[in-house]
Amino acid sequence: MGFHRPLITAAGLLLLWQLLVWASGAPPYILPGPAAVARALVERSDLLFLHALTTAAEILLGMLIGSLVGAASAVLLAAFAPARRWLMPILVVSQALPVFALAPLLVLWLGYGMASKIAMAVLIIYFPVTAAFFDGLRRTDPGWLELARVMNARPPAVLWRIRLPAALPALGSGLRVAASVAPIGAVVGEWVGSSAGLGYLMLHANARMQVDLVFAALFLLALMALALYFAVDRTARRLVPWQRETLTET
Amino acid sequence: MAHEPPPGITVTVPRLVLGDTLLFADLSCRLPAGRWTCLLGPSGVGKTTFLRLIAGLVEGGEAIADDGRPLTGRIALMAQQDLLLPWLDVLGNTLLGYRLRGSPDGRLPELERRARRLLSRLGLGHRLTARPAELSGGMRQRVALARTLMEERPVVLMDEPFSALDAISRHRLQEVAAGLLDRHTVLLVTHSPLEALRLGHRILVMGGQPASLREIPVPPGSPPRQPGDPALLALEAELLEELAASDARTEEAWASTVP
Repeated sequence: MGFHRPLITAAGLLLLWQLLVWASGAPPYILPGPAAVARALVERSDLLFLHALTTAAEILLGMLIGSLVGAASAVLLAAFAPARRWLMPILVVSQALPVFALAPLLVLWLGYGMASKIAMAVLIIYFPVTAAFFDGLRRTDPGWLELARVMNARPPAVLWRIRLPAALPALGSGLRVAASVAPIGAVVGEWVGSSAGLGYLMLHANARMQVDLVFAALFLLALMALALYFAVDRTARRLVPWQRETLTET
Repeated sequence: MAHEPPPGITVTVPRLVLGDTLLFADLSCRLPAGRWTCLLGPSGVGKTTFLRLIAGLVEGGEAIADDGRPLTGRIALMAQQDLLLPWLDVLGNTLLGYRLRGSPDGRLPELERRARRLLSRLGLGHRLTARPAELSGGMRQRVALARTLMEERPVVLMDEPFSALDAISRHRLQEVAAGLLDRHTVLLVTHSPLEALRLGHRILVMGGQPASLREIPVPPGSPPRQPGDPALLALEAELLEELAASDARTEEAWASTVP
């Protein structure tokens, strides 16, 4: 395995970008080149860092709360049939509402601060986590359940010692999806109304034609999202060391 | 090993349909107390369903213990698949039943000692902390056997427990199982006539559709019998013929149901 492939890809993309700037002759306030963006990254690093910190906190807290609430809901749904009957329809209908449309309401209710952005991230990741984990919880190998039945297992023990561990790979899939959409939730929240964060910074820089700063913020955002995804992916794998992977790159 | 005397079991199945197939009609059978009953027959005839019926996993019939008490909690099951939990190690899998019943923690050290002893008897003493993915098919089967024996239930139902093993380990495990499950009421579903003749106090052949049971004479002497015994070998030939006949009977029944 090596790092040369991603590096080559990155260098190729940068080159393509620079060629596009040259070929189109676009002025820097429409499409800045890679060098201009790098300059903005360095020169405005204090500002970027401050706003990145806010956004990172929103994403991480949203991820944490959303995953916990999502996982807990899935367990509740799996453990209690009445919960399934009453909550499943609500859950499905709630997914028909576009979460983005709720952003202005959340800002109205929870204010311009971090709370509304965290709520946005939580809302957007709650469903993928719940759906994936619940799916795993109800697909337990029937052979294991029959064995447990003949052993006179107590139902909570079956949930805790068989269903739950067996569903961890599914939870992992849900968390991966959550990690890739959590930043979207936070940034959309910032766009709708905020006084800090990379989304806020991008909106203002855009209005002032500081497109290099927009790109720099976007770059940081992508970096954070990638870091989150890989951290979650790693954790998800650690969670299920017995899971054999039959598709490997490198 | 079991503390209570093993019950004899009477199984009656008025009518059992699985999918579109009428498996049993007016079938009845007795598993004598403290004895091994071996069940042979062609694939798909209903041996596993019969076993699952006794385990209470399939509706459609009754399995009643001679002592009149319910069978729940008195049966240990060893299915065709090893059903080991991949996240537990060998010791954890062996003690699964106690974990699932929430046994008091005070007993755990003693249970662990017993599990260790049992596992080393089965040749797994050096793999106690291995996860199932690290084990061979035969080793996994042995862990499943250990888990079944650990349950200490007077009735044991086994569905082809030794089929995944190589000839030598099969021979050895048959001996160990016969020793440890002596004085248990055992139903052993198997595809191997030799296995049935070595281990059975009673041998039944299932065939036809709906299936009926035919009893086959067993060799003299008590199990585990030596595979080289001439009486056993003579009966093996007879049993093979009987199996071929029941296979033909079942095929015929299947053919006649095809429109």
